[in-house]
Amino acid sequence: MALLELEKVEKLFFSRDSMTTAIKNISCAIDKGEFVSVIGPSGCGKSTLLSLISGLIHPTSGTIKLDGKEIKKPTPETGYMLQQDYLFPWLTIEQNITLGLKTMGKLTEETRKHSLYLLNELGLGDRANHYPNELSGGMRQRAALVRMLTSDPKLLLLDEPFSALDYQTKLKLEDLVFSTIKQHRKTAILVTHDIGEAIAMSDRIILLSHRPAQVIRIFNIPDELRNELPFQARNHPAFNGWFQDVWKELESLEQQI
Amino acid sequence: MNSKYEQLHKEYKNKLTREKRLIRLVQAGILVSFFALWEIAASRHWVDPLLFSSPSRVWNMFLIRIQDGSLLTHTSVTLFETILGFLLGTLLGTLLAAILWWSPFLSRVLDPYLVILNSMPKVALGPILIVGLGPGFASIIAMGALISVIITTIVVYNAFRNVDDNYVKVIRSFGAGKKQAFFSVIFPASYPTIISTLKVNVGLSWVGVIVGEYLVSKQGLGYMIIYGFQVFNFTMVMLSLLIIAVLATCMYQLVELLEKRLVTRHQS
Ligand SMILES: Nc1ncnc2c1ncn2[C@@H]1O[C@H](COP(=O)(O)OP(=O)(O)OP(=O)(O)O)[C@@H](O)[C@H]1O
Ligand SMILES: [Mg+2]
Repeated sequence: MALLELEKVEKLFFSRDSMTTAIKNISCAIDKGEFVSVIGPSGCGKSTLLSLISGLIHPTSGTIKLDGKEIKKPTPETGYMLQQDYLFPWLTIEQNITLGLKTMGKLTEETRKHSLYLLNELGLGDRANHYPNELSGGMRQRAALVRMLTSDPKLLLLDEPFSALDYQTKLKLEDLVFSTIKQHRKTAILVTHDIGEAIAMSDRIILLSHRPAQVIRIFNIPDELRNELPFQARNHPAFNGWFQDVWKELESLEQQI
Repeated sequence: MNSKYEQLHKEYKNKLTREKRLIRLVQAGILVSFFALWEIAASRHWVDPLLFSSPSRVWNMFLIRIQDGSLLTHTSVTLFETILGFLLGTLLGTLLAAILWWSPFLSRVLDPYLVILNSMPKVALGPILIVGLGPGFASIIAMGALISVIITTIVVYNAFRNVDDNYVKVIRSFGAGKKQAFFSVIFPASYPTIISTLKVNVGLSWVGVIVGEYLVSKQGLGYMIIYGFQVFNFTMVMLSLLIIAVLATCMYQLVELLEKRLVTRHQS
């Protein structure tokens, strides 16, 4: 059974003198353990789609089901990583990463230890008592990832988590996030602008149209690419062909305006 | 090579120290010459010592009033009223701001009233306070609080509203409700603003309390000023003014110290 099901989801934003259709008639299903990327032109409604899935906003029509249950409000089952890290500057890294547990009333000595273990896994073990402004951009992004993982969500929503980073850090973090997610057997949806990143990291790529967002095409990435670490996948002989395919499709979208 | 740079660094540091010393020296010089000039002007009758008193007279009165204990009573009364008014104004203002944040409907309803109350010169409400609360402590403290409560409400409410929505999204994505969002995000993120309103409120509370004492009191530094004025004892007026200056400065410095302690982490 699919972990996440979207059925005829539609989202309109209203203001006094205008009405924006951000999402129009999206239906799709995502299986447990899948890694799906969402790409599409700027402003097409990708972030809106993630917010809908997270439960922070509600669809105007249609339903979104997680594990067969309709999503009514944000649940700890879903972890949401925003485009920037949004670590709280007044809390230490340890306090930041245990924030979710604390909010859910699940902060015990055991879960705290586990959080610190995860922090250590992502190479920030010695930074627990630092404040976010003492960390580099890549470190902060990693800390934000730990913050999301500590509450042990089933579904991870990643909104362009690497777009603010330099290329090298980005490549390293892609590998790290990829292997962390596979290791913990999480389901993930990644929004990105970077075609290469989408191909290197995911099992499937969902291409969205201009606003209002609709599913234009779904690319199924072959096993030889999806089982590799992103960095290796980028160097795989098949990678370029896929890149061209996705790029052409995206380009033809751009021409439609 | 290395020692040359070290030498330069040393010279640079020396220059900084020298500058700082010079500034302190000039500051002290201004203070001393002010009092010296005042003393001389009074003793030579350049100004009327009956009106402007003189540092030595003020000092004498200070000693006498300390000995008979009356100065301590007056000072502590005023200080107590000011601190209470200050705390009350700040707490109430912050509380009101929280309520406004909680209910956007209420905040929109109350908006014009806040604007009116804020533009109103609060001390003009003095007589009404006295009628309502009686001529005593209560009115004076109310005045000290009233003068800062509305501006605190407005400033802190704006700070609450300006907290980046994405921080709230983070906490809401963990399933937090409005209350948790307020205490985990909105309030701590607004700390710096709240502390900086404290600094403004210290000054405002002094204004409120002194005016309050002008109007009703039988005790306190404001009372000493009015009384001294009425019986033509300007030494008493000057003494009160000096004490107020010292105390208000001390309170301000304390708040500033608090600010340094609390706010360092808040710049992201
Ligand atoms: N809260 C809102 N109120 C009104 N309109 C909104 C709101 N949020 C998003 N929109 C509109 O919906 C459309 C989609 O926005 P969204 O942020 O989902 O785009 P995006 O695909 O994530 O863009 P980008 O690639 O630049 O991040 C935009 O036209 C935006 O103006
Ligand atoms: Mg976006």
